[in-house]
Amino acid sequence: MDLTFSEEQDELRKVVRSFLAKHSDEAEVRRLAADPLGHDPAVWHRMAGELGLQGLAVPEEYGGSGFGYVDLGIVFEEAGRALLCGPYFATVALAAEALLRCDDEEARRDLLPGLASGETVATLALTEEDGRWDEAGIRLTAHGTTDGWRLTGVKTYVPDGHLADLLLVAARTPAGVSLFAVDAGAPGLTRTPLPTLDQTRKQARVRCADTPARLLGAEGAAWPALARTLATASVLLAAEQVGGAAATLDAAVAYAKIREQYGRPIGSFQGIKHKCADMLMEIESARSAAYGALWALDGGDETETALMAALAQTYCSEAFSRVAADNIQVHGGIGFTWEHPAHLYLKRAQSSEVLLGSPAYHRELLAARLGI
Amino acid sequence: MELDFGPAVRDFRDELRDWLARHLVGEFAEHRGVGGPTDGEAWDVRLAWDRELAAGNWLGVGWPREYGGRGLGLLEEIVFAYEYARANAPYRATVNALDLLGPMLLAMGSEAQKKRFLPPILAVEALWGQGFSEPGAGSDLASVRTRAERDGDQWVVSGQKVWTSFGVHADWLYVLTRTDPDSQRHKGLTLLLLPTDQPGVEIRPIRNLAGQDEFAEVFLSDARTDADLVVGEVGQGWRTAMATLGIERGTTLLPQQLTFEREAEALIGLARQRGALDDPMLRRRIVDAWISVRIMRTTNLRTIAELTAGRTPGAQATTAKLYASTRHQRLGRLAMELAGPAGQIVGRDYGLDTRQRSFLLSLAETVYGGSSEIQRNIIGEQLLGLPKDPRP
Ligand SMILES: Cc1cc2nc3c(=O)[nH]c(=O)nc-3n(C[C@H](O)[C@H](O)[C@H](O)COP(=O)(O)OP(=O)(O)OC[C@H]3O[C@@H](n4cnc5c(N)ncnc54)[C@H](O)[C@@H]3O)c2cc1C
Repeated sequence: MDLTFSEEQDELRKVVRSFLAKHSDEAEVRRLAADPLGHDPAVWHRMAGELGLQGLAVPEEYGGSGFGYVDLGIVFEEAGRALLCGPYFATVALAAEALLRCDDEEARRDLLPGLASGETVATLALTEEDGRWDEAGIRLTAHGTTDGWRLTGVKTYVPDGHLADLLLVAARTPAGVSLFAVDAGAPGLTRTPLPTLDQTRKQARVRCADTPARLLGAEGAAWPALARTLATASVLLAAEQVGGAAATLDAAVAYAKIREQYGRPIGSFQGIKHKCADMLMEIESARSAAYGALWALDGGDETETALMAALAQTYCSEAFSRVAADNIQVHGGIGFTWEHPAHLYLKRAQSSEVLLGSPAYHRELLAARLGI
Repeated sequence: MELDFGPAVRDFRDELRDWLARHLVGEFAEHRGVGGPTDGEAWDVRLAWDRELAAGNWLGVGWPREYGGRGLGLLEEIVFAYEYARANAPYRATVNALDLLGPMLLAMGSEAQKKRFLPPILAVEALWGQGFSEPGAGSDLASVRTRAERDGDQWVVSGQKVWTSFGVHADWLYVLTRTDPDSQRHKGLTLLLLPTDQPGVEIRPIRNLAGQDEFAEVFLSDARTDADLVVGEVGQGWRTAMATLGIERGTTLLPQQLTFEREAEALIGLARQRGALDDPMLRRRIVDAWISVRIMRTTNLRTIAELTAGRTPGAQATTAKLYASTRHQRLGRLAMELAGPAGQIVGRDYGLDTRQRSFLLSLAETVYGGSSEIQRNIIGEQLLGLPKDPRP
């Protein structure tokens, strides 16, 4: 029973926050949002080299530092607060998790150290045209040849798929869903960046035409590992959403203190004060959802994790979207401009809501697990 | 999720579980889950049950031994509240004195007051009511007008209090009074302990919307109490009262949360039985009800973890009341909707079932202990630092 943070964890938060305040301030976020690559390799390497953030929760045997999910959640919360641009979520929450969960020790030893050290940018290519995150949504095919596996088909909405060095691709063989590793330079692989509503998180369309790939784990056995990856990534995304939500409340409160109408600060009017209070209540409830899920992950109880992950995705997605919209309302006209950062958070909230399957989908997962 | 604080506390927990299993039988077991912070059902049985607990030395586990407590710590207090709620034992009739007045006296009472009043609370020999609200002072508690004047070695108190929970049963009241007639608002207030058994005190029950005589109005006309029954200092009653309200907002939540979880489970069961789960709109609301009780639980656990780690609880400790009270009302509405027309029929003499009672009484949760609007003011001003509401 340890639902509070240790001093070391408080310290980690402080260090990450001050790093991101420097390297992911509003000007930098806007610069990267407008940049087609959307990523600053120099910052990426400092995140790995100076802070070890990419390998924080990767076990030591694979080149990481072996911290827990609560620690990693702290980093994601801060990343969300700063709207960090770049492939951190794709590499750490999706690809590293998929590798950790697929049953392939050799692949883990080969591939994880590169992710942990920041050398390799990676992602998970799972969704296709219909954007589904369930097993039936996977139709890209893999077939065996005398010199290994080949993939044919299209993945899309792949987070940071345009710049990943390594793509983990979910594909279908006659035996079922399997996971493959594809090198960015593999023959027959084309990647097209997609213009995104939320410019702070890039996506790409990935086409495989008889592209050579390495099978990870046993053929046809990947779905359970992918479902667990989805659960873990949902929890980390929930932490990121909490951070983003908290940043919007800070902005709303700061503005409500200085903006005057009718001769007094708008924050003294209950219409605004109560909205801010409700925002805080939503954020604290979202924190309970996200932290509870992180603690469940570290506790290692699969049933509890699955429940809390679906709960966290549902609740934190909706909470972030709601408070991001409230923040625009508190700001009035200025909140509706391109110049003000409020819309950056609104769009991040919107894209995060559907990044790993919608809240409605996760609500159904939760219902199924509760036997409802 | 189980609370686990290590072996010593585990022994305490096991002893308590065992005691509850052996004593929560017969009439007491029949009244499992009965009562609540504003629910006067089965008062006599509950009082008898409190005496049973007192005999087992289970009341005030965290209070010092010299006042009749067990002298244990915060962990044991939490475990007691949790296990008690888990066993679904009847809601304690003496909760007002145990959870509100007791901690206030322990923190601010004089040694003589503690010696005199705490043991009878733990022995269930004296019942207490909280006399803060007045007809003209509800949310704006600082405008209390009940006057107290010194007359020799006594105070003479006149005025009217209202909404006093379980007031008709109270042997004593702790009342917020104005002792400086020229004072404004929260200055010049004093908190007095006042016996009800005297000619100057008249207590009349008020029927609540569930049909119960749970709360009361209290008329004080030249009621008397001894000069030394001031808690804290003369003129500092506001501070004393605020401390109690802080306790009030926190203590009811842990046991309530377990009750709410039970209600959510019952709701799911009812929905399944009614075939309502095929309706996507209802499914959505049912899952959301489950989510909200799970969030209450996690929020409580966060606060408990911080308290036991010696940390100051975060903002969630304050937002929890607003969240729990509003979400519980939603849960109640959904349960009534699922129950359909059958939920509209009551028993003889307006006898309510658990669902009906809980739904109706949930309407008070956003009012007492500071209404939701006042909670939002507190959150906005104290946690977020927004400018104060204009006050005349
Ligand atoms: C079941 C129950 C048990 C209670 N038990 C006790 C008890 O044992 N002892 C005791 O002393 N009191 C008790 N109370 C009283 C309780 O504390 C008050 O009812 C509460 O503080 C609200 O005061 P009021 O009823 O006068 O409503 P009002 O203060 O008149 O409020 C009416 C409405 O106006 C809103 N409002 C008021 N001021 C503001 C503001 N500044 N900004 C925005 N909105 C505002 C309120 O939120 C509410 O919606 C109990 C109440 C209930 C319902």
